[in-house]
Amino acid sequence: MFTPNKTYYPYISPFDPCKPIKVKTYSTPPNLYMGFQPPNLPQFSPMEALRAGTLWKPFYDPYFSPYEKVKGGQS
Amino acid sequence: MWVYEKKLQYPVRVSTCNPMLAKFLIEQYGGADGELSAALRYLNQRYTIPDKVIGLLTDIGTEEFAHLEMIATMVFKLTKDATPEQMKAAGLGAHYANHDNALYYENAGGVPWTATYIQAKGDPIADLYEDIAAEEKARATYQWIINMSDDTDLNDSLRFLRQREIIHSQRFREAVEILKDEQGKKRIF
Repeated sequence: MFTPNKTYYPYISPFDPCKPIKVKTYSTPPNLYMGFQPPNLPQFSPMEALRAGTLWKPFYDPYFSPYEKVKGGQS
Repeated sequence: MWVYEKKLQYPVRVSTCNPMLAKFLIEQYGGADGELSAALRYLNQRYTIPDKVIGLLTDIGTEEFAHLEMIATMVFKLTKDATPEQMKAAGLGAHYANHDNALYYENAGGVPWTATYIQAKGDPIADLYEDIAAEEKARATYQWIINMSDDTDLNDSLRFLRQREIIHSQRFREAVEILKDEQGKKRIF
């Protein structure tokens, strides 16, 4: 299934001084996949769009801190 | 010419007095990938870009100023009534010595903004690729600031700004598509 958050598992040395982060994540927002925006994409209502920061639902990609885990937060 | 609307593009609410967060946020104010750099970069490059995408650079450059204003509001609110002691504790002692609680175009390390942060190469593809990179870097900066911030109200505004970076990147990518589109190609409708 598609996710805009990718993960990888870096090498962990037995001598690393800091507590290892076993899973690293990075963001790959929808604009990387879209090319030229196709016509007739689904839209937010104007009031929703003003809050979301985009009119287009497929471009909406809210970011939440992995340390925060707040309401509705996708990890 | 610009027309000024005396309101922010998105509301800025700050729940705690947190000068430390202001120190990090100033990166988006006067940093290399900050909103000032973005606005000046686009509004300057637009003179030497093909006609089809001038309007895009004007629009996005203008919006970056609206973002700059939001960042300024955040930094201002986070430090407004901070005492010299609080500023010192937040690592802003050097800033206070030079500027009191005033805002200044500098990055999170206190380095003043410089025009060397932006480029205008005159080559449309080179310039647009720089713009795409700048948007992605600004998006990443927002992520790192959100990671360090525990102010949920502020994070809400930062999420909005990050979403705009994604859209701007998308539009610049489309601009590249327009410019590289084959000329004289037969179009069938």
